[in-house]
Amino acid sequence: MLKVLRDLFRHSREFAVGSILVLIVLGIVVASFFSPYPPLDSYVVPPDIPPSWDHLLGTNSRGQDVFWQVAVAMRNSLLFGISVALISRVISLVIGLVSGYVGGMVDRILMSINDTFVVIPLFPILTLFYFMMHDHMSWALLALAMASLGWPYDARLIRSVALSLRNREFTTQSIFSGMSTRQILLEEHLPYVLPIVFSTTLNNINWSIGLEVTLSVIGLTNIETPTIGTMIYWANQHTAMVAGIWWWVLAPVAIVIMTFIGLFLLSVSINEFIDPRTRLARIGV
Amino acid sequence: MRSYLWYFLRRLGQFVLVVFVGINIVFFVTHATPIDPVEQAINSATQFGQSDPRAVEIMRKALRELYGLDGTLWQQYLTFWKRLATGDFGPSISAFPTPVSTMIGRALPWTVGLLSTSTLIAWCTGNFMGGLAGYYRKSRLLKAAGIVATGLQPIPSYIMSLVVLILFGYLWPILPISGGFEMNVPPGLTFAFMSSVVTHSLLPVLSLALITIGGWFVGMRSLVSNIVAEDYVVYAELAGVDRHRILTSYVMRNALAPQLTGLALSLGGIFNGAIITEVVFGYPGLGTLLVRGVNSGDYSLVLGIASISIIAVAAAVFAIDLVYPLLDPRVKVR
Amino acid sequence: MDAALSVKNLRAYYVTDYYGVRREVRAVDDITLSVEKNEIYGIAGESSCGKSTFIKTVGAAIRPPLRVLGGSIKYSFLERDLYDLDERTLADIRWKQLSFIPQGSMNVLNPVRRIRESFQDFAFPHMRLSRSEFFDVVKQRLERLHLSPSILTAFPHELSGGMRQRVAIALATVCRPEFIIADEPTTALDVVVQKDVLALTLETQREIGSSMIFVTHDLTVHANISKRLGIMYAGRLIEEGPTGDLFRDPMHPYTQHLVASLPQIGDLTPKTALNGAPPNLAQPPSGCRFHPRCPLATDICRQTNPELITVVPGRRVACYAVAASLEARSLTNDK
Repeated sequence: MLKVLRDLFRHSREFAVGSILVLIVLGIVVASFFSPYPPLDSYVVPPDIPPSWDHLLGTNSRGQDVFWQVAVAMRNSLLFGISVALISRVISLVIGLVSGYVGGMVDRILMSINDTFVVIPLFPILTLFYFMMHDHMSWALLALAMASLGWPYDARLIRSVALSLRNREFTTQSIFSGMSTRQILLEEHLPYVLPIVFSTTLNNINWSIGLEVTLSVIGLTNIETPTIGTMIYWANQHTAMVAGIWWWVLAPVAIVIMTFIGLFLLSVSINEFIDPRTRLARIGV
Repeated sequence: MRSYLWYFLRRLGQFVLVVFVGINIVFFVTHATPIDPVEQAINSATQFGQSDPRAVEIMRKALRELYGLDGTLWQQYLTFWKRLATGDFGPSISAFPTPVSTMIGRALPWTVGLLSTSTLIAWCTGNFMGGLAGYYRKSRLLKAAGIVATGLQPIPSYIMSLVVLILFGYLWPILPISGGFEMNVPPGLTFAFMSSVVTHSLLPVLSLALITIGGWFVGMRSLVSNIVAEDYVVYAELAGVDRHRILTSYVMRNALAPQLTGLALSLGGIFNGAIITEVVFGYPGLGTLLVRGVNSGDYSLVLGIASISIIAVAAAVFAIDLVYPLLDPRVKVR
Repeated sequence: MDAALSVKNLRAYYVTDYYGVRREVRAVDDITLSVEKNEIYGIAGESSCGKSTFIKTVGAAIRPPLRVLGGSIKYSFLERDLYDLDERTLADIRWKQLSFIPQGSMNVLNPVRRIRESFQDFAFPHMRLSRSEFFDVVKQRLERLHLSPSILTAFPHELSGGMRQRVAIALATVCRPEFIIADEPTTALDVVVQKDVLALTLETQREIGSSMIFVTHDLTVHANISKRLGIMYAGRLIEEGPTGDLFRDPMHPYTQHLVASLPQIGDLTPKTALNGAPPNLAQPPSGCRFHPRCPLATDICRQTNPELITVVPGRRVACYAVAASLEARSLTNDK
């Protein structure tokens, strides 16, 4: 396993750049646990100071140190993204595997439902959801809502892997040896499906953080919790751009772009490594 | 011809299914939550000062009827569908008494215009360049373009719009960053109005196009590099068929069909991106309207926009589905 | 030069280098053969013996990671070696003088273009005819192959496998090329259609008078179509000779096994399989590549590769055992 990672790092530029970016972000996130200022407090330091040695990324109009704010914000956003990705993974795995393996009418029904969810535009529905929930809205609830709407793309991918597995020899062997469907799915197919699930998880994390940022910026989430989105929200509320406090906006935007590109590069390079066709294409060049 | 009829009916069925499921979700969201929009509206109306309880009661009954929330759950469900069918969402509370349908009607063309222009530009340009990049693998220019596209692709709509706003609004302010047209120009088919519409649309279109172009480029490039290894391309090259002909009729042409499917699948996401971009640039489409509705507690408006969004996107996907057989003649056999 | 095609000491390997691992697959390793004018030369061998690679090399169809490392390929209609030509000349002779009948025409026709458009793409630029004259010729050829002209407006997926194969033959022969390379054209077809297609191929070749290399692993097909037969094993040619002679009196142990494995009517002896499996061409065995599976292997077989020598006029074999036994026979004959 370690050898695989080492090979990837050395030979795939995307993987190398991606891992470096992600490691930087993770470093900042871990640092957030050592923040000298309680993250939810405001006016703990003099406001509107540009980046300096005392405050690496300056302070914002709410009297908070931007660097430590961004660290905590990234941690929260990342945690949120990971939880949504994990929950929706479960849903897409179940639907994808069952659909691909059982096939027939079940497959057709599930895929019709899948395609339906793909088409439905999420943002208006989530907005409506927030509107109805108002003060009862919580991060957990939002995560649940997003997970229940974000599985279709990946379910289809998993289904195609399951379809190809169904027709291979070791599956018929397992059937003949008397394994139940559930056993086959869990013990035989899962190891093949996991690598692609891993790379789609990374993409899903990107997607959920992106959606969280969008919703927070408009003020549709709990704006007291420091996340990347809420940071930008507060910056907009205090018209940071016009007031010239650009570091307040730049910090969260820069770190979140780093995360997005990093995770994306990782997912692309892992996918390329797993897929034998793209591997062949690399040699052909 | 008969097989096309079958295909048409299947696609129509899918369209109906999407609308049905989507609207049901909307209904579910509005009725399964602890908040009662009527009580909410009354609370905000009676916040200041005393109110005569009888007046409140009348208001409550009126609102109930307005929102279609009187009667049993089943009656509410039927009323909901009936109103949807007639396009009646009631009046908007924040812009009383303007009907919601009028407000949506005014905003929808802006959104549709933004969406179609930027999608057309992004899809065509992205696919064309991605196709070239997949075929001419050695070109350094195309490799550089690929890196740019890979960098653009994962960035979500809001961040991209924000960056474009900052770049062109603050760092290099050459284009207008808000509104659909200049405030002091009267709307009409005049050149002044038209040109102001165009200049005001440049940044939102650019922003939305940038969001999606990366994906098309990368997708097309990998698709083309797979197609290039297909038997019929190899055979054609072997036979000395004109290279230009191979690139267009053998490679690109076969990649267009899957890309069109991809377009249909991502339309929901592109729509999301469009309304977010509108909010950032204050563009007078559904996005700005939606946020306004949320901030002013306008239940009917938010509900109306959610419903129309679902129908609009489903209709667009249906239209694309109908065009698909033109690109892929094998569809009839399936 | 009398021969239509003359190949000398051809070597073509797949050279790959990715994720830090370098590998050389020796698919075509020192092959020398020649094809006479107006003859069908068959090449037989099991899967992954290198015959498809050989075809690609001889037909100027190589792409990375496949590389030609040495040897010469000379066609009678070309002045220079095939790989010494520039792009323009190469493009010029393609299809007009050198064409392909591909394998498993499942996928060799562009799925979004109608058949007549494929003809236009492939053949029209090479024939100096007007459009209508061109399509007259095409229709004639289709008729010869028992295809109705109405298929011209069809898409590939609307035709059956047999029809597509015949379209491929028509496509390859409409320009009346001097040399045709056929790569397993009957493999994907059922036996009845196979017979039909083979007969048509023979007929067409006789009519046009082109020379042909016909590759298939199926010996029974060779019996019906090839005049001379070359057997490939692990990237090397191990036996060659007139088809009839090879079947009646196979010399190389591998050929003997191949021929013995063909079922015959009335033959009740059980068939034994050769033990072992074809070698990995990235790390081929030393010396003679067949030695791990050969019942007659001796020390010299393990050390040096036997040369392909002419043991009888018209017959070439690469085997120490055969050479030794022939020497012994000639010695006793001399006595």
